[in-house]
Amino acid sequence: MPEQRIRVLIAKPGLDGHDRGAKVIARALRDAGMEVIYTGLRQTPEMIAEAALQEDVNVIGLSILSGAHMALVPRVIDLVRGNGQSNVGIFVGGIIPEEDVPELLAKGVKAVYGPGTPTSRVVEDIRADFAAA
Amino acid sequence: MTAAESVLAGDRLALSRLLTQVENGTESGKATLDSLFKHTGHAHLVGVTGAPGTGKSCLVSQIALEVRKADPALQRSVAIVAVDPSSPFNGGAILGDRVRMRDLAGDPGVFIRSMASRGALGGLANATAGVVQVLDAAGFDLILVETVGAGQSEVDIARLAHTTIVVETPGMGDDIQAIKAGILEIADILVINKADRPGVENTERALRVNLELGYPNGGFHTFIEAGHASQDAASPSLDADVWVPPVLKTVAIESKGIAELVQTIREHREYLVKSGLLALRDRERLNHDFEVLLQERLKQDWLKTTDPSKRDEILSLVFDRKLSPGQAVERLIK
Repeated sequence: MPEQRIRVLIAKPGLDGHDRGAKVIARALRDAGMEVIYTGLRQTPEMIAEAALQEDVNVIGLSILSGAHMALVPRVIDLVRGNGQSNVGIFVGGIIPEEDVPELLAKGVKAVYGPGTPTSRVVEDIRADFAAA
Repeated sequence: MTAAESVLAGDRLALSRLLTQVENGTESGKATLDSLFKHTGHAHLVGVTGAPGTGKSCLVSQIALEVRKADPALQRSVAIVAVDPSSPFNGGAILGDRVRMRDLAGDPGVFIRSMASRGALGGLANATAGVVQVLDAAGFDLILVETVGAGQSEVDIARLAHTTIVVETPGMGDDIQAIKAGILEIADILVINKADRPGVENTERALRVNLELGYPNGGFHTFIEAGHASQDAASPSLDADVWVPPVLKTVAIESKGIAELVQTIREHREYLVKSGLLALRDRERLNHDFEVLLQERLKQDWLKTTDPSKRDEILSLVFDRKLSPGQAVERLIK
């Protein structure tokens, strides 16, 4: 019987070592019936793109608290698109200054979530992105 | 290029997308799998099973690293299929085996795929066999399949794999656990991981005593329900040396004992080839796949030709305790 599930990669690029937020999101997506591939701390953009390719995910969620998002996020996007995964939605969460958000969205990020975002909103956005892809 | 041609040519995105199709059981996935079937049968399939937290993911990662040391330039060398459980309530899953496999990142000769069990209870997902067939056809020489954290009876892996590694850790149970039926019986290689922990001597002794009791039948076991297949197939030559599962000690997190484990996997492969068991296990597995598909297909065909209202009518008699479920099936089939 055909059964499709939304596959999400949750990754922490860069050097900050705090993944509570990433785990809360991973758990919320699991409870929403998604299959969440969790890769752990300190991933390079290359490792994230490679995992996204091998796992054929529909969505990538990047959690960044280090302030390096303007360097890391565009790099992940370029690598993922370069691999031919043009439909994979990329979402960013963490500590992202408001003035950086428009540029991230312009580079192709679907949404940026700060502290206090209800997990239900993330679930809804991912479902909508998956339905549109 | 068709999906099958792209996969055979080494296109990783095509491979990854086909794995999704096969996992989801789509018609195009099935058709591509059918066309790739003739390219399967070359890979060595190694299963790794054991209780949650025994270090299966770490061990799988270390085995892959050790194998890759031998020939770093080789493409499509090692594939890993790691299965984690799906929630029985909402179907979601956290697939976390890659966390332990970060040392393999950046090696183009390694391909890692996580799978959710999607309701299957034997330690694998229903689609794992299909996923493994695709990776086999894609040209990977070694396919490591890591099961869901397994308890006592999740033994599907032994049907799928050529070599089954059962991972134990010190302090997991006494000598009664060691003589119970189930997961220990399926081991071709027993590994005591975390062997730097106290109690490792007791675990090793319990496992060895159990092995000494268990080898009157000479290391040759076949699944009971597949008995007719093994009688039809060429019998393994009886003068071949008996394979008694070796008990190895590893500390995977420190890469200790891994070279010996990889060497033992190679020796087991040679044993299977020489004794004829490789072909026998292959036939058993294909026979099993065939039976499962046959049952499913016959059931689907039968459902198509049966009036659902008649089914409901008979089922309501069961609900009223007027018929047993067994009698109801008999009446429906007639």
